Order: sequence, then C-alpha cells, then structure tokens
Amino acid sequence: MNTCATHAGSPQSADRRSFVRALGVLTGVIALGHPLAALLPGRAWAVELRVLSSAEAAALLAMIRTIAPHDTLDDAAYALVVSAVDRDAAGSAEALAGLRAGIASLGEGFALMSEDARVLHLKAIESGAFFGSVRTKTLMVLYSNPIAWAHFGYEGESFSKGGYLLRGFNDLKWLPEVPQADSGAVPIG
Amino acid sequence: MPRFELNDADVVVIVGSGAGGGTMANELTRRGLKVVMFEAGGRQSLATFSQDPGEAFGQLTWLEPRSQSGTWDPVKTSPTLPAWHCRTVGGTTVHWTGATPRLREYELRARTVYGDIPGASLADWPIGYAELKRWYELAERRLGVTRRHGNPDMPASNNFKVMYAGARRLGYKRVHTNYLAINSRARDGRGFCIQQGFCAQGCKTGAKWSTLYTEIPQAEASGRLDLRTECFVTRIEHDNAGRATGVVYRDAAGAEQRQRARIVCIAGNAIETARLLLLSESGRFKRGLANGSDQVGRNYCHHVLSFVFGIFEQPVSFWRGAVLAGVVEDENIHDPRRGFVGGYHLELAMLDLPTLPLIGLPYGWGRDFASVIDNYRNMAGMLVNGEDLPRADNRITLSTTLKDPYGLPVAHIHCDPHANDLAMRTHATGQGRKIYEAVGAKRTVVSSIPPATHQMGTARMSRDPGQGVTDAYGRTHEVPNLFISDGSVQTTAGAANPTLTIVALVLRQAEHIGREVAGSRL
Repeated sequence: MNTCATHAGSPQSADRRSFVRALGVLTGVIALGHPLAALLPGRAWAVELRVLSSAEAAALLAMIRTIAPHDTLDDAAYALVVSAVDRDAAGSAEALAGLRAGIASLGEGFALMSEDARVLHLKAIESGAFFGSVRTKTLMVLYSNPIAWAHFGYEGESFSKGGYLLRGFNDLKWLPEVPQADSGAVPIG
Repeated sequence: MPRFELNDADVVVIVGSGAGGGTMANELTRRGLKVVMFEAGGRQSLATFSQDPGEAFGQLTWLEPRSQSGTWDPVKTSPTLPAWHCRTVGGTTVHWTGATPRLREYELRARTVYGDIPGASLADWPIGYAELKRWYELAERRLGVTRRHGNPDMPASNNFKVMYAGARRLGYKRVHTNYLAINSRARDGRGFCIQQGFCAQGCKTGAKWSTLYTEIPQAEASGRLDLRTECFVTRIEHDNAGRATGVVYRDAAGAEQRQRARIVCIAGNAIETARLLLLSESGRFKRGLANGSDQVGRNYCHHVLSFVFGIFEQPVSFWRGAVLAGVVEDENIHDPRRGFVGGYHLELAMLDLPTLPLIGLPYGWGRDFASVIDNYRNMAGMLVNGEDLPRADNRITLSTTLKDPYGLPVAHIHCDPHANDLAMRTHATGQGRKIYEAVGAKRTVVSSIPPATHQMGTARMSRDPGQGVTDAYGRTHEVPNLFISDGSVQTTAGAANPTLTIVALVLRQAEHIGREVAGSRL
C-alpha cells in the first residue's frame, strides 16, 4: 500500500455550512511496473474529500480493503469507493452524522490493525446499517471502474471494437473444439 | 404516429410493450385494429443503449421498490429488487438473453404427471402440447430461433467449450449452443451476433430479437399504433355489465387521464399485471378485477435459479460472447428417482465484472468473496433454470408499507420455496459442480438465489374458472373483453425460459381476438 493521508485544513476551522469544501485528501503513488502505471497519466493520484478528514478516510479505506481484500489491487481503486461514500454523505447532514459515528466506532488505530483483528471487528458490526451501506457501496463502485477492470482482466464493452467475434470469444485452446453438430460456424462476413 | 382520441371507444388498449404487449400490438394492427399501447418507461434505441453495465441497469430496469416477506433468499439478499425486469419500450425483451426453449409435453400436464404434491397448487394447462406446438413453430420463425427451421447454430464460445467438455464427460448427450432468438446469420433486416457479451445492456447491433426494434416499428408502420411512453396505467374501469371500458393512467407529466377501449390486454410482466388487477377493485369486483376466484397474484413462479461457477488454472474469459449460448437439456425430464418432480436446464451464463459481486456470489464479503473475483479471468459459468412449483401463498399482493409516487401501493411479494424447489436446486447445482470438476476445476462456487428474471403464474389459465384467472386464450373468466397477454397466464412454470411461450400464446390469443372481432362477438 502506498497511501498516505494528509490534512488539508483542520475540521474545526471548516465552514460547517459548506459541504463542498475539501477537508481531507487521499493520495498515493502507483508502483513502477504496475500495469496501471501505463493506464494513468501520471503515477501519483489524489482524491479530494468533501466532508471526511484524512484520518477518517484512511480508516474507511482500511475497512473497504477488509470487505474486499485484493492484495495486489492498488489503493487508487479503493480510494474511488472512499470518494463515493464521501460524496453521498456530503448531501445530507443526517447521512454524514451516521457515517462519522460509524467510522468512529471502528476505533483508533483500526487502519493499523492486523487483517484478522479488522475482520473480527467488522464481524461484530456486519448486521448494522453503517457496515451494510459501506459494503453495498464497495460492491457497486470497486468493480465498476477502469482501474479494477485492468486489474482483473475484464475487457468491458466491445461494440466499439466490433465485438469479440474476431477478438477471442472462442480462443480457448486447453479443451477440445466443440463438434459442428452441437454448435455453429463462425460468421466472418 | 396517430394519436387516437381519449374517448375513442373503438381502440384496443395494451398495457406494456414487452414480448407480450409488443407482439400483440403488431398482430392486432396488422388485422386492422386501432391500438393504444402504454409503456411506463421511456424509449431507448440501439444508439442510446449504454455500454456501462451500471448505467445500463439504471436506464432499463424497473427500479420502483417492492416490499417482501418469506424465506426466499432475495428477501434478505435483494430486499428492494427481488425481481429484475425492465421498464422501457420493448420491456424485458431489451435486456433478455434470448434463450428460447419450448415447454415439454409433460410440463403442460404437471398435476396429472407429478400427482398431488402437498404444499403445491399444481394444475394442468387447459391447452395441450399438440395445440401449442403449432404456435411455437410460428413464434420460432418469427424470432429466428437458432437450431430451428434451418437457422444455423450459434458458434461455441470459450465458456461453452468448458461446459461442453465437462457435460460430455459426465455422459450428457443433449448439449449444444442453445435455442436463441439471436441472429447467427443476418436475417429479418438485422445483422448477425458479433459476440459482444452485452445482451443484458441492450444489444447494440440488434442481432437479438426485441420488440423495441422488430414488432413495435412494424406496428407503427401500419399507422394504427398510438404508443404512449412514460405513461403508467393505474386502473382498469368497467361498466355495469362487467365489461372493461378503458383505463385510467398517469401521462408523462403525471396528470391523470382516461382512455376508453373496446378490449384491454394487460402485459405488464406478471408482478405488475397482478398489481394492476388488484388495484382495479370496485364495488362489483371487491377483491380486484377478474378475481372472483381469488387466484389473482397467487401461484407466483420464478423458476429455480442459481449460478454455478468453476474456477480453472487457465483463462476462460467468459465475458466474451453471447451470454446464454449453451445448454444441457438432459435433466429437463420428469424422473422422481432424483428426489424431486419436474426438471431443469443448465444454461451457459456469465456476469460482467460490475454485476458479479452484486448478484452472483454467496459470500457477503472477505477473503472467500474476494478470492473468487481474483480469478475472474479463469472463471466459467452456468445458470440453473428449473421448474418451481406453484403455491397458493406465494403471491403478489398490494403492499401495506410502500407506495409509488402516485400514492398507490407497490407490489408485495411473499415467497416460501417448496421443498421440491430446494431438492431440485441441490441436485442441479451438484451436477453443475460435477461438470466443472470433470474438466479440472480447482474450485466451484454456487451463488445464492439471484433476483427473479422470469415472472409467471399470477393470472393463470385454467379450465375450471375457480382454479385460475383466464381461459385457454388468456381471456379472463369474469370480464369478457379483458385479456392477459404475458407470462402471468402460465398455469405452471415448466423449465423453459418464458419468452418463447409468451410470444406463442400471444400469437394464438391475437388470432382468437381477430376471429371474435370479425364475428362481432367482441
């Protein structure tokens, strides 16, 4: 993990009526040689937060990593989930209060605990609303972006490239071909 | 496009524009009838279909929540979306995957063949296979179904190669690239499938049959179809003689309107069709329109569904290619020695990466969950599609807790799977696992029950008016000019994906309506 969290302004001095003011920021650097290094314009990335502090964001990111632990998936993908949770909370004081309380309930040092300890912690709250909403957001955002697609090998839409007809829909070679009686010829024109 | 007058009592009203409604509009306009078709959703096109799975889901899906109860998995795992169907012109034919098997002869006689199963409300269909076969053939020609009537088979994808090799090793004999309403060659003014793997997001080449770009434009070309989009029908009205006189609806601006009609056909997908009948209760029809038998909404079936995934040492890339282009038919038999009545299909299936974690996996979170997705490249997938048994209390009612934006109760779904459904699911997922293990899977995964994509039985056909809602033509027993034109009329579910049966029954119903109108009986 290459994430560092920095404070961009103290929460105490923030204008509480303005939910759009960035309070925290998540930043990271994608490792050299990582396939994503070619995908992003530069290796360094940053997510500016609207309501969460950097410390809250770091705890949330650790929670999301525990929900969906993909060891070699870059923090940049997880940061997109943090950003989505942060954006949702910015729209409603009630949602923000719930999120804050939820993150606070993870306790000091959650992000630094061992994975086993984090799992135990989350098991204890998994039936609650806070865990449920973070889990749902994780499932909806973590696998719906080009960073995750490149990582897991999903190639996405193919209409713009003429489909997979001539781009590998039948390129599997480790099993025998299917006889013509049970399948059809490939139309190539 | 014509705009018929609201007080034109000569029009036929169709509610819903999917497989049933869209086909009916084409059939009736070509017989010279004037049709007003209502669609709750908006109109997309090949050009506007989004290729982002999440965005496409939002663009096409019926997202209004439902309330739920019962022991069926989606009550817990998918509380607001127990059923996954569409709200858009073309209905669920926009996101369907094109599988078009027929029901089998024995499935139309389920009560006789399976016997009196405790806890089930089985009945025989009032129509036999010999009669239905003729309409299946017409429907298959219309839809251009592969492997039928000279239409070439779909080619084998990577995902199918895995299913095929495993199934053959297990001794299965009827394994092929499925019967699909997807062009394997250019036909009907539409091109051939280029294996995009985006059937469920709307087929951008139009190779897959959908009423959106086949039946509906043909009906529009007749000059006799008035298609009203973003219009939601809230009530069917009747006169003192108990005949339907028209519908009340909310137009695109939310204003209430009334359209008169000589005939009303409801094709809102089985959940909404039942809801509309229940919403149309009146002094004469106190339990809901055409519900003297108290069968409206009951016997809700949605098939025994489950994904089975195999994880292999080598890549499969199962997201490439037509989604359901493969089937094992051998288990679609009635053989009680397996421990259950009725049968099932094992159909090829895949889920795109954004959708897999949402509906495909049994683990909520953590290492078990994530390690499946880590193997996304090396996964193969299939979907069990089996016959579930109708139960009187598995039913659609009006919600007592949730209302739609017009203040009307949404549909409430109660569902407790029958023990037979659970036994079949155990058998079918076990066979699915064996197929993958036979070709070296290092791990197999069985999903929880996904949201229902096939809705059936909530206004079933019956010979005895006390046992169902409609006669063998889908005409309601109680209201002579009210027809049900979707999967609601299926007396039992069988193991066949329902669209072909819906189209076959609608073609038959349309001929019946045409005959009755010509004879001045309707």
